[in-house]
Amino acid sequence: MTDLHRQAFKEEAYELLTELESSLLELEERPDDQDLIGRVFRAMHTIKGSGSMFGFDDIASFTHEVETVFDMVRNGKLSVTGRLVNLTLAARDQIRAMLDAADSGAETDLQASAEIIVGLRELAGFAGAASAAIEPQEVVEAQRKDPVTYRIRFVPQEDIFATGTNPLNLLAEMKELGTCTVVAQTDGFPPLEEMNPEGCYVHWDVILTTDQGENAVRDIFIFVEDDCELKIEVVAEHSRYDEQQDYKKLGEILLERGDITADEMKAVLSQQRRFGELAVSEGILNEAKVQAALAEQKHVKEVRQEKQAADASSSIRVPAERLDLLVNLVGEMVTVQARLSQTAAQRDDAELMAIAEEVERLTAELRDSALNIRMLPIGSTFSKFKRLVRDLSVELGKQIEMTTEGAETELDKTVIEKLNDPLVHLIRNSIDHGIELPEVREAAGKPARGTVHLAAVHSGDSVLITIADDGAGLDKEAIRTKGIERGIISAGAELSEKELFGLIFAPGFSTAKTVSSISGRGVGMDVVKRAIEALRGSIDITSVRGQGTRITVKIPLTLAIIESLLVKIGNDSFMMPLALVDECVELTREDVARSHGRNLAHVREHLVPYIPLRQHFRITGTPPDIEQIVITQVNGMRVGFVVDHVIGEHQTVIKSLGRAYKDTEGISGATILGDGTVALILDIPQLVQAVETEQN
Amino acid sequence: MAKVIMTADDSASVRQMVTFTLKQGGYDVVEAVDGKDALQKLATTKVDMLITDLNMPNLDGIGLIKGARALASCKFIPIVMLTTESQDSKKQEGKAAGATGWIVKPFKPEQLMAVVKKVLG
Repeated sequence: MTDLHRQAFKEEAYELLTELESSLLELEERPDDQDLIGRVFRAMHTIKGSGSMFGFDDIASFTHEVETVFDMVRNGKLSVTGRLVNLTLAARDQIRAMLDAADSGAETDLQASAEIIVGLRELAGFAGAASAAIEPQEVVEAQRKDPVTYRIRFVPQEDIFATGTNPLNLLAEMKELGTCTVVAQTDGFPPLEEMNPEGCYVHWDVILTTDQGENAVRDIFIFVEDDCELKIEVVAEHSRYDEQQDYKKLGEILLERGDITADEMKAVLSQQRRFGELAVSEGILNEAKVQAALAEQKHVKEVRQEKQAADASSSIRVPAERLDLLVNLVGEMVTVQARLSQTAAQRDDAELMAIAEEVERLTAELRDSALNIRMLPIGSTFSKFKRLVRDLSVELGKQIEMTTEGAETELDKTVIEKLNDPLVHLIRNSIDHGIELPEVREAAGKPARGTVHLAAVHSGDSVLITIADDGAGLDKEAIRTKGIERGIISAGAELSEKELFGLIFAPGFSTAKTVSSISGRGVGMDVVKRAIEALRGSIDITSVRGQGTRITVKIPLTLAIIESLLVKIGNDSFMMPLALVDECVELTREDVARSHGRNLAHVREHLVPYIPLRQHFRITGTPPDIEQIVITQVNGMRVGFVVDHVIGEHQTVIKSLGRAYKDTEGISGATILGDGTVALILDIPQLVQAVETEQN
Repeated sequence: MAKVIMTADDSASVRQMVTFTLKQGGYDVVEAVDGKDALQKLATTKVDMLITDLNMPNLDGIGLIKGARALASCKFIPIVMLTTESQDSKKQEGKAAGATGWIVKPFKPEQLMAVVKKVLG
């Protein structure tokens, strides 16, 4: 409960106590004044009711004692005496002291409270110490059980509309619990001249399959249980399907419902026609009753078929280690296969070539299926976040709804596990810094309830995960000020929007005014960025002030094997992730001369900046006359990399570099080529960034 | 067009909390300080739902429910009473007067919203 409400309650309580004092003093003069007694009772009643509402439980339970006594006075069971007035005045002072202490944290005199209560109880003639403390209401989470099918007959009383109940709302609530078939029964309608236009003459037969349990169904009817006939019967336990193949016959259902008697049923059965048709034509039943029973039959059949279909697609559980071992072996195999292909090419032996090609094809398939085994939908992670959002919004007093999209998108299990923490952090950030408090949102003309949208989508051999909120957006000026404060940028630095937003990933950067228990743990976005980059992913922010922030995380599907392009510079081999490569073009000496050392190439009327890798890695020797530019696309920007030769596509098993080379810029790993040499895997996004910062 | 809900309660802080919660849920709110005030406002304002406390000066909750049900405009609207008494007698009395349902105090904002959603659809 917010402090705002607590404050309002305190003000109100102080007012009531002042009023109470004068009422009590008057009551001493006129002990029989019912109006005064009512006033005292109501003051106590309000303090109790509102007190418990806003978390003043001690005040509520104490006031309850006084209220009980005055309730007796009100009902003429107790008369007003001097002692009662004295005690109540003391109680009033005690409540005041409790209010004073509530926020300062001071102790109230519990001894005094106890004495007053004992006194009041004596007056009221209570024995013992039957304290009536107010029990906080626990919201019990519904136990999820196996789905059960219920047959519900809901017959509202004719005058149900008079209590403002709309039976359709109740039916809608049932629909929310599970699969639901509703049949309206209209045989209760009287002839027109006897009909009360404000009466309810319809009743409903509902078949509901739900895993929420019978109590959840009963809870729907909590307000109307006295105004309706309600029958809830279990018709099928769905865990016991295997034993009962066929559902009950129509006659059986009608008999169970009490729509037909056993004798009537026998009479109908003795004639060889369809039961339902017969029963209707014989006038034993009306059409709707039969329809309702048929609906039950159909409903149960459908639910069963669904369940059987789910059972049929069986799966086995395999320990993760075994899968990891398999993937590792496949990785080794891919390396060996590369050697085989290369050897075969060198031998110029047609038969060996044919075998090598066959092995290459099989290895590729084996790799794909081995990696597929480890693929899991990201949805399970998404649903965990729902809880996080719920708890955080309660804690912060914000109203936030989380929507998800693409929960079925599959990713390598290890990637999902490693993504968990960064994503949690990003969502926390959206909630903590992005989404505003409801009143702030309303003032800005936005709905009080904010939204955090989590989406996953495949893009090539990567997955894009987007966390978008409709909150305040990033405050560029605050980021700039903070950046200067922290010494990350110089005071006069001209930064593009993208660079500014990039600052929030700098270590120790946080724009939250106060350190909250949520984001201000000293763990910043820099940790998130590092974690994402460790997964060979990238992270990108766009934000519009007042409209929200969108963070896009791009992650490779798998960590083990990637498709890449093998290039050479001098005698060194390098690998570039194929997912990032757009095209390869030639770069002639003339092109270089024409660009006046500005490292820009003309590619189909567009200028593309390039990075000469030979210079960048300081590789000695002379480049060939015609070099190649491998044009990549990173975050929507095309950047070229100049190399000597482009060899071709390769499956690359990623080996991490040893500890000594772990932080080498521009290199994300290494791989072993077919001839046993080592090729370094280029970290394209990092290279682009490094060159950008150099130029600035 | 947002639905309008009236909250009748002599406790300013409860009124404030109910109003705040309902507004957050996207409803418009009319406040009344007791039963009499509520009936006067109901005569001129059309509301889609009424949430009333039971113990109020001038005219208590039961009286208000009866009075509201006598108005053509409120004949079928959901009326929810706030009770601290979990005992049935008050509930029954309220139901007999024409209340749709009840909320037991103390309640949390989300419990209030759940009941509003339940009776207002």
